[in-house]
Amino acid sequence: MEFAELIKTPRVDNVVLHRPFYPAVEGTLCLTGHHLILSSRQDNTEELWLLHSNIDAIDKRFVGPLGTIIIKCKDFRIIQLDIPGMEECLNIASSIETSEWRLSYVNKEFAVCPSYPPIVIVPKSIDDEALRKVATFRHGGRFPVLSYYHKKNGMVIMRSGQPLTGTNGRRCKEDEKLINATLRAGKRGYIIDTRSLNVAQQARAKGGGFEQEAHYPQWRRIHKSIERYHILQESLIKLVEACNDQTHNMDRWLSKLEASNWLTHIKEILTTACLAAQCIDREGASILIHGTEGTDSTLQVTSLAQIILEPRSRTIRGFEALIEREWLQAGHPFQQRCAQSAYCNSKQKWESPVFLLFLDCVWQILRQFPCSFEFNENFLIMLFEHAYASQFGTFLGNNESERCKLKLQQKTMSLWSWVNRPSELSKFTNPLFEANNLVIWPSVAPQSLQLWEGIFLRWNRSSKYLDEAYEEMVNIIEYNKELQAKVNILRRQLAELETEDEMQESP
Amino acid sequence: MEHIRTTKVEQVKLLDRFSTSNKSLTGTLYLTATHLLFIDSHQKETWILHHHIALVEKLALTTSGCPLVIQCKNFRIVHFIVPRERDCHDIYNSLLQLSKQAKYEDLYAFSYNPKQNDSERLRGWQLIDLAEEYKRMGVPNSNWQLSDANREYKICETYPRELYVPRIASKPIIVGSSKFRSKGRFPVLSYYHEHKEAAICRCSQPLSGFSARCLEDEHLLQAISKANPVNRYMYVMDTRPKHRMQSWWATQKDIGRIIVRISSKIWNDEKIRESDEKKRLNAMANRAAGKGYENEDNYSNIRFQFVGIENIHVMRSSLQKLLEVNGTKGLSVSDFYSGLESSGWLRHIKAVMDAAIFLAKAITVESASVLVHCSDGWDRTSQVCSLGSLLLDSYYRTIKGFMVLIEKDWISFGHKFSERCGHLDGDPKEVSPVFTQFLECVWHLTEQFPQAFEFNEAFLLQIHEHIHSCQFGNFLGNCQKEREELKLKEKTYSLWPFLLDDQKKYLNPLYTSKSPKFTVLEPNTVSFNFKFWRNMYHQFDRTLHPRQSVFNIITNMNEQNKQLEKDIKDLESKIKQCKNKPTDGILTKELIHSVHPESPTLKTSLCFKEQTLLPVNHALRTIEGSNPADNRYSEYAEEFSKSEPGVVSLEYGVARMTC
Repeated sequence: MEFAELIKTPRVDNVVLHRPFYPAVEGTLCLTGHHLILSSRQDNTEELWLLHSNIDAIDKRFVGPLGTIIIKCKDFRIIQLDIPGMEECLNIASSIETSEWRLSYVNKEFAVCPSYPPIVIVPKSIDDEALRKVATFRHGGRFPVLSYYHKKNGMVIMRSGQPLTGTNGRRCKEDEKLINATLRAGKRGYIIDTRSLNVAQQARAKGGGFEQEAHYPQWRRIHKSIERYHILQESLIKLVEACNDQTHNMDRWLSKLEASNWLTHIKEILTTACLAAQCIDREGASILIHGTEGTDSTLQVTSLAQIILEPRSRTIRGFEALIEREWLQAGHPFQQRCAQSAYCNSKQKWESPVFLLFLDCVWQILRQFPCSFEFNENFLIMLFEHAYASQFGTFLGNNESERCKLKLQQKTMSLWSWVNRPSELSKFTNPLFEANNLVIWPSVAPQSLQLWEGIFLRWNRSSKYLDEAYEEMVNIIEYNKELQAKVNILRRQLAELETEDEMQESP
Repeated sequence: MEHIRTTKVEQVKLLDRFSTSNKSLTGTLYLTATHLLFIDSHQKETWILHHHIALVEKLALTTSGCPLVIQCKNFRIVHFIVPRERDCHDIYNSLLQLSKQAKYEDLYAFSYNPKQNDSERLRGWQLIDLAEEYKRMGVPNSNWQLSDANREYKICETYPRELYVPRIASKPIIVGSSKFRSKGRFPVLSYYHEHKEAAICRCSQPLSGFSARCLEDEHLLQAISKANPVNRYMYVMDTRPKHRMQSWWATQKDIGRIIVRISSKIWNDEKIRESDEKKRLNAMANRAAGKGYENEDNYSNIRFQFVGIENIHVMRSSLQKLLEVNGTKGLSVSDFYSGLESSGWLRHIKAVMDAAIFLAKAITVESASVLVHCSDGWDRTSQVCSLGSLLLDSYYRTIKGFMVLIEKDWISFGHKFSERCGHLDGDPKEVSPVFTQFLECVWHLTEQFPQAFEFNEAFLLQIHEHIHSCQFGNFLGNCQKEREELKLKEKTYSLWPFLLDDQKKYLNPLYTSKSPKFTVLEPNTVSFNFKFWRNMYHQFDRTLHPRQSVFNIITNMNEQNKQLEKDIKDLESKIKQCKNKPTDGILTKELIHSVHPESPTLKTSLCFKEQTLLPVNHALRTIEGSNPADNRYSEYAEEFSKSEPGVVSLEYGVARMTC
């Protein structure tokens, strides 16, 4: 990875530079491939040229929207940059920070882990040889990799398969080293196991297991049970059955809805995701998440935590990238999980609405933060449809390795290329969206969760009046934009007339 | 004031209702003549009107102090911890006294003073004119007329003075019928559908316990059916569950048979004539005479319909169960839904809705008139008549029209607000959430038809707030006669003008007023359409609410659009002026400044980055980001509850008016 690729914000204006013996200078900050440059853009003023390689360490501080980066140089000099805008400040900081992470091509031929993509991000201090060893200690070869880096405080989410400790408590020094390499000095982390302690213990009999605290003393393990496989499939079947029967009286409907347990699963998943996000953002602790294989509940949690933490994942492109990264590349077996849906009686063990549950959880958060997502409900419904049946290659296969073998990139079209066309995008854009740079904490109380009518009642009740109301809302917003534009034009006109008058007045 | 011993207690803790980690705010508790006030260290104020208090409990002393739990009729629940038991005891005793008044004159409305003079007060009371409303419906007309039979409340004490009846129903018929109906509540007009020429009428149950009949009552019903020139068949809707009536009927028949048998025995057997046996039989006969429904054989052109709404006692305990369930700490999804089911609450809501739909259909599809009754004709009958009219007539879906509807079908026809809301220290068995159910049905309609109502949810919540607040005179007393005796129009204020003045808050931004008068709402009542009304039952539990409100944004934007339209007009005229008088520079300059460069509404806008809007936006959004500690994701809360930034301080706008 070239450094230039890491530059997210190449230029920021109105940056104030403080350094020893000079008065504070306000100017434009530029990042180039090798230098950090600050220029006041005035003659005779000295500019700052700082080699990236001279940076020893950096600190970040925020007071309101103003960010401060303190750069400690290898020549012992310390300089300070005040950067307006948190986003810009974080981008600059993360660009110049010496990265503790590296790209690894160890899985280039899908030899180490068949369900991983060819390129993964791992701690810099761990070499590929160690990764190969760790892979043998983790279920499906899924060694711990970086899932999310929280720019605000540098904490990370890692994910993996379960450790293969077995009944006799096998351990793997490289695994311990890898995980510890993600922690800053003196910091502790959390391992979130998406199984109950009981289930995790039983897994040892089959060669699986969990991290023994004795061997991972810097980590605290939390068990949060999320259901998997056929239990979820049965839940979906029951829910759809309940929704389809319009003759149910109230008691029967409520008891069927309750018995389906669908919303219980939603609550479990959301709660765990919120817990993970809380560890990162509030506790300032890194986390490792895994269940058994690390391809289902693990991905639900890592991706939802990012929705909560990372504003970009709430944009259309960001969400597409999230699905690409945390579901497709991360090896969620779409082919197996989404082969059949709620009406099929085949009941294969591997069929499971894991992805639909994830989308439902996103919908629940979207309902609670209706202005913080660039996409609307239709976008989620579209993804649900394409995960189960699609004319595009995107959701085919169970992992990158299979997709490669099927030559999908050559033989099929990508869903995204279609979705991202302006005519399609307009259907999926949320008119209420306004970028919200904050972490968003949803309520997970049963009173706050709702049945996703757009999916489950879609063919059972007319949504005519709701659709009309939505259109009216869009109209009001469009009209507002129009009016604002018009007012601006008129104001400018008036101002111009005024200056003309003034010119005439003072010849 | 004699009940207040302690007016101020410091270092009181307010616990979070749902927190498992005993998170609390510390502040000062003040007791005034009308309110309990808590001001926390962030200067956030929580006002509780004494009349809103449904229950005060003093729990067992703990190490941190004495817990005081207050449950309010608007579903607010607060949990205080008072450091000293003596203070807690004083406050507890004061609140017990203050929340349960013995006489009307001690209620807040009689001391509430919004600084209006007498003529303003009177104008407020005249805002809703029911005679005007009947005129709007199209009565009096050739078939319906105003009757003066009850002008002096001689026939029925719980009806209003002015009643509309079929023109051909003579006074003797009315008087005769009223004697046959429970509490004298004979069939009268509730709503007249001008287009279909059909009527909704209401009454109480007939006293037909012993298969007695009343020719006048039969005549009156015939008069109602004749007053409909389109369809001579009319429906009689008994809103009570059929199974209850039938089982009751069966026992009545049995009792009847027994009585007939025994009484013949009595007459034959002198010895037991004076015995206790006879007294008991009399009581049975009286009870039997107190209930009943019309015998179809005696009435022509009638179709009989039971619709199955349960009585006030069933409704009261249903709500109680619902509140128990949703008040549980750490509630699971499963317990929530099974609790919702076993409470029966949504089943009852659906029953009321189904009844109203049946009523509306009879009128729109068959053009048939409908007579609605339950037992006394002031609870279920009010629900069904008012909701049915609301489905039929779009006027009732406006702010003013909804006030009229409540004034007509609830207040004037004698829904016993004071007893049902427990305004005074009275019989707890008379308390029942009948009106709350009506509001909930309306809310469900607003959910299904987001553009059909001029008002929004806040309007419904505000009305609910005030049926209990006793701040205004409208809902005091149990019938019009009682209200007149209390001289409410002289001594208290009417709520409606205050709501109208504030109507911006209650407008639905998506409302389309263009729909014609008789646009009938046909709601879908498949069970899955009924949802738990979180904003009613958790109005004050902000942590359970969505963090951003589409409604607020669209409302603000609508406001802003109006301002922008005005700005554009101003600017255009100024530009025109400017062009016409190119030399008059000074004037132009002045004009530019008079067109506010950033209008105030622009500043409060929530959306769209345009010039100066941005900083304000972010301030608003920050609040909405909210706080993870409020959400109880896990039992690890203690570990995660280090220092938190300021707690989210969003007070629901709706609840403020009582302050």
